[in-house]
Amino acid sequence: MTVLSQGIRDGGIIAWRNLLNVRRNVDWLFAAVIQPIMFVLLFAYVFGGALGGGQYREFLIAGIFVQTTAFNSAFTVIGLCNDLQKGIIDRFRSLPMSRLAVLLGRTTSDMVVSSMALLIMSLCGLLVGWRIRGSVLDAVVAYLVLLLFGFAMSWIGALIGLSAPSVEVAQSAGLMWLFPVSFISSAFVGAGTMPGPLAAIAEWNPFTAVIQSVRDLFGNEAPPGMAPPAGWPADNALLYAVLSSVLILAVFVPLSVAKYRRVASK
Amino acid sequence: MPSTASDVAVRAEALVKTFGSTRALDGIDLEIPTGTVLGLLGPNGAGKTTAVRILTTLLRPDSGRAWVAGHDVLAEPDAVRRAIGLSGQYAAVDENLTGFENLYLVGRLYGKNKPDARARARELIGRFRLDDAADRPAKTYSGGMRRRLDLAGALVAEPLVVLLDEPTTGLDPRGRLDTWEVIGELVAEGATVLLTTQYLEEADQLADTILVIDRGRVIASGTADQLKAEIGGERLEIVVAEESELGTVSRVLTEIGAGEPLVEQHNRRAQVLVDAGTKSLIEALRRLDADGVVVLDVSLHRPTLDDVFLSLTGHAVEEPAVAGSSKEEAK
Repeated sequence: MTVLSQGIRDGGIIAWRNLLNVRRNVDWLFAAVIQPIMFVLLFAYVFGGALGGGQYREFLIAGIFVQTTAFNSAFTVIGLCNDLQKGIIDRFRSLPMSRLAVLLGRTTSDMVVSSMALLIMSLCGLLVGWRIRGSVLDAVVAYLVLLLFGFAMSWIGALIGLSAPSVEVAQSAGLMWLFPVSFISSAFVGAGTMPGPLAAIAEWNPFTAVIQSVRDLFGNEAPPGMAPPAGWPADNALLYAVLSSVLILAVFVPLSVAKYRRVASK
Repeated sequence: MPSTASDVAVRAEALVKTFGSTRALDGIDLEIPTGTVLGLLGPNGAGKTTAVRILTTLLRPDSGRAWVAGHDVLAEPDAVRRAIGLSGQYAAVDENLTGFENLYLVGRLYGKNKPDARARARELIGRFRLDDAADRPAKTYSGGMRRRLDLAGALVAEPLVVLLDEPTTGLDPRGRLDTWEVIGELVAEGATVLLTTQYLEEADQLADTILVIDRGRVIASGTADQLKAEIGGERLEIVVAEESELGTVSRVLTEIGAGEPLVEQHNRRAQVLVDAGTKSLIEALRRLDADGVVVLDVSLHRPTLDDVFLSLTGHAVEEPAVAGSSKEEAK
């Protein structure tokens, strides 16, 4: 068997095991199902009312999709850290299985969880007035971009999870970095109102590109007075979103696998 | 090495591993003849787990070489992994999976197809007496059951060499007996086993040969009987009424004991290692009585890891600063 085909076979088995865990663990189910609903409703009604009503709510949904998908990478962080602390990774590493499989299985099962969260958020979004105004094909591409980006974020999470000294640290470290990274973007407001350096970061932030491309593909327009982001990343949002996701994978897959090979429990 | 692969299941030469300024392994050699059990005996922090981690390809040594089932752990890690079963220090079971699913998972990851993995899981569930609990999540298991499940996981691929890192640590006495029984069966079937333990009694029960390690070095090796003979079997302890009588006690214990007696003035207590157990005790009391010494208390202790260490190294087991490390009298 080639390295890759064994990685995929073993990764599938690990993903099966992870999804059984999700199904049987109330905490995970809560995080995967209730949290997305809560986010859509909170942002839509708390911010929505103040910032422009219906049209703002529609604008907001893409931001929430991207943020929630990225935040789901915390599942990868916590899941891997848990397996590490409990000695389960030791057992896996002592088996003649692919060195890629535990990480691939984890990031894949988390992508399944994210798909579920996206489905739930989309239904919620429809309830609060969000609509898919583009073609079906565009909508499919939008969801694929979201999942690709979430998958890339999970590999960053994999490295954090394998490096964290304890589950508690993993829990906060896995989420902490995502707050500034996701908020300094066009997720909730137009980047134009931010001070200079922040606006520049927001403009080149892959989050902004992913959000912009998803908005374009869904046909969700910015409310009046909220200028859409400008510059090369915004003009080529879809290309930049895919490129940056691929780049993140190109960096973090090898780093995480190298870390996995050397990792020690405790 | 490959020429003797069938006679020697595990061999390690001059293994060294440092973590920062700590030399976890300071040149360990070991050899396990096929079909025998080696007990690696030592306190917390002696380097037992580090040795197991190197032999199971989880950790690379700084220097030294090791072969398991004829394969070099550094050059052919995958071949080694196919030949071993590991049960780590903490039962590595997935709590949300049932016992059956845990074993099925391991079987699949060893490369078995679905029907084979299922059949093997079912077989091990029966053999490890987990039938009633097979379809319950492992989080509902007792410590002993969890450990049995973990041991079963190590045997899924019928490994040539089984490595068990402190298989009874954290178990209650029942769980411990239970686990001993399972390991005993394994041994009876001819598996080659490396077992680490902090308990002399456990090594005595299960191992053919014992390697005592301390601070990353082998400080003694031999069968349990040889080791006991070396440390003088049991420890006779005598407490007298008057401190002035300790001189006489010390003389008598020197005559009877297998080594130098240890005298504690302020406790009016003296102890010595003896070879002949109760016979030595009776003889000591007879002589002290003849000398008119009033004995307040007398006791005979089976040797503990502390005694082994005291006798071999001259220092007691040094517990690391971590609290909760189990140190117990062997009965």
